[in-house]
Amino acid sequence: MKARAFDYRRVASVAEALDAYAACSGEARYLAGGQSLLPALNLRLDAPDLLIDIGRIEALRGIAIDGESLRIGALTRHAETLASPLIGAHAPILTQAAAYMAHPAIRNLGTMGGSLSLADPASELPACMRALGATLEITGPDGVRAVAADDFFRDLYETALVPGELLTAVRVPLAAPGSRMHFSEIARRRGDYAMVGLAANLVLADGIVTSARFGFCSVGPTPMRAPATEAMLTGRPLDPDAIAAARAALAEDLSPDDDDSLSGAARMHLARVLLGRVLATLGDGRVEAVAA
Amino acid sequence: MIAPQPLAVTVNGSPVRRFVEPRLSLADFLRGDLGLTGTHLGCESGACGACIVNLDGQPVHACLMLAVQVDGMRVDTIEGLSDAGVLADLQAAFHARNALQCGFCSPGILVVAHDCLASWDASGTVPSREAIRDALSGNYCRCTGYEAIVDAIESTARARRNRGVAA
Ligand SMILES: Cc1cc2nc3c(=O)[nH]c(=O)nc-3n(C[C@H](O)[C@H](O)[C@H](O)COP(=O)(O)OP(=O)(O)OC[C@H]3O[C@@H](n4cnc5c(N)ncnc54)[C@H](O)[C@@H]3O)c2cc1C
Ligand code: FES
Ligand code: FES
Repeated sequence: MKARAFDYRRVASVAEALDAYAACSGEARYLAGGQSLLPALNLRLDAPDLLIDIGRIEALRGIAIDGESLRIGALTRHAETLASPLIGAHAPILTQAAAYMAHPAIRNLGTMGGSLSLADPASELPACMRALGATLEITGPDGVRAVAADDFFRDLYETALVPGELLTAVRVPLAAPGSRMHFSEIARRRGDYAMVGLAANLVLADGIVTSARFGFCSVGPTPMRAPATEAMLTGRPLDPDAIAAARAALAEDLSPDDDDSLSGAARMHLARVLLGRVLATLGDGRVEAVAA
Repeated sequence: MIAPQPLAVTVNGSPVRRFVEPRLSLADFLRGDLGLTGTHLGCESGACGACIVNLDGQPVHACLMLAVQVDGMRVDTIEGLSDAGVLADLQAAFHARNALQCGFCSPGILVVAHDCLASWDASGTVPSREAIRDALSGNYCRCTGYEAIVDAIESTARARRNRGVAA
């Protein structure tokens, strides 16, 4: 199918993008990598009047350490996430997650900002941001504001972005000493969205878990934290008993709905299997600490 | 009224200037405006990989890109890559291994394989069949010629390695 007609404007700065949005009398959409927007247009699931192409705004690029955080520009492509030594060193779950996202040609265009703004609960990066305790930098007509990933994802495809605002960057706190991270997912086919995915970010001190943050994909309307499971692990060694207790506690955190592809019970089972696998990987010394 | 927009792009090494409607996809521009029908369209939603071309040297889906977006960039299609001869050994291996049946998926697969072979050649490794399958995970072959396609890519990587392409 072909997209319905729309107007197109390429902008060179964030200010120009915001102005173009404000000036549009109909419906406008920002166009980043287009890897979710163009399929939606081609399938006529969406039919805006204007596309504002933000793809060449230089200020939205770049990955750098800035104070206590790693700042990742919204236009960072999935292929760049996969290849970035800085991301690999400080937020390895993002590198691991990017390898599960779609296929190489899609990773060459799809962007971090596009994925987070779309907020598909099945996608990998939103779950990672919750596990990492990231902060999202949002720019609107009134300036820049920072929103914690925990507050950004509101509901199915619904975020804290007000129409017209731009997600400009993500800030990931530099890993605490003793951090261990791992991302894994269960999918039907390489590159397909996960039936369930898990980003885990633990801090261990002298073998004891001092902090646990999980971000699950595909088990609820948003990327999901697991507070009871996180609390269950905290303060104890990451041994088989703790892993069994965490797997049991997951029932308090998640209750996925039935859908056309999988029953809620099957999804819950897979989430438990995945939690066990990821914790076993983190517990058996195979994963090195991110920061010593 | 939505006015057509000016577009200047280098396609297969030649500069091209046109006015295009914003909604025109890169794939339709290549096929309809330039007659480069080697770029195939299957799903128009990023799932089948038949439309993959190189944009500034990297594979992308031409169905998920607007023609206006590529202004100032370089596009190389299967026609350009074939004429440049850079695919000759790979194409011969596809022929020899019976990896071409109806040929609908072949342009996208050749562009992707060409890109991967460049990085495998550079690293001096012969990819595992697993790695080849992973690289092709976004390309559907409706004739299900996958075994033969993996054979052809693997044998090309091996032959290049033996000839010392990497060196
Ligand atoms: C076949 C296929 C398979 C895929 N598989 C996966 C997968 O397994 N996992 C996965 O996570 N994704 C997958 N994707 C989606 C892909 O990763 C997209 O790249 C990503 O979701 C959107 O990023 P984009 O830059 O292309 O955004 P676009 O498509 O350009 O935009 C998406 C939405 O976000 C808005 N937007 C974009 N950038 C900003 C910004 N900076 N500020 C505010 N709003 C913005 C746009 O207006 C639009 O509404 C797949 C896509 C395809 C076609
Ligand atoms: S036509 Fe582009 S991926 Fe199928
Ligand atoms: S050879 Fe026919 S689709 Fe692949």
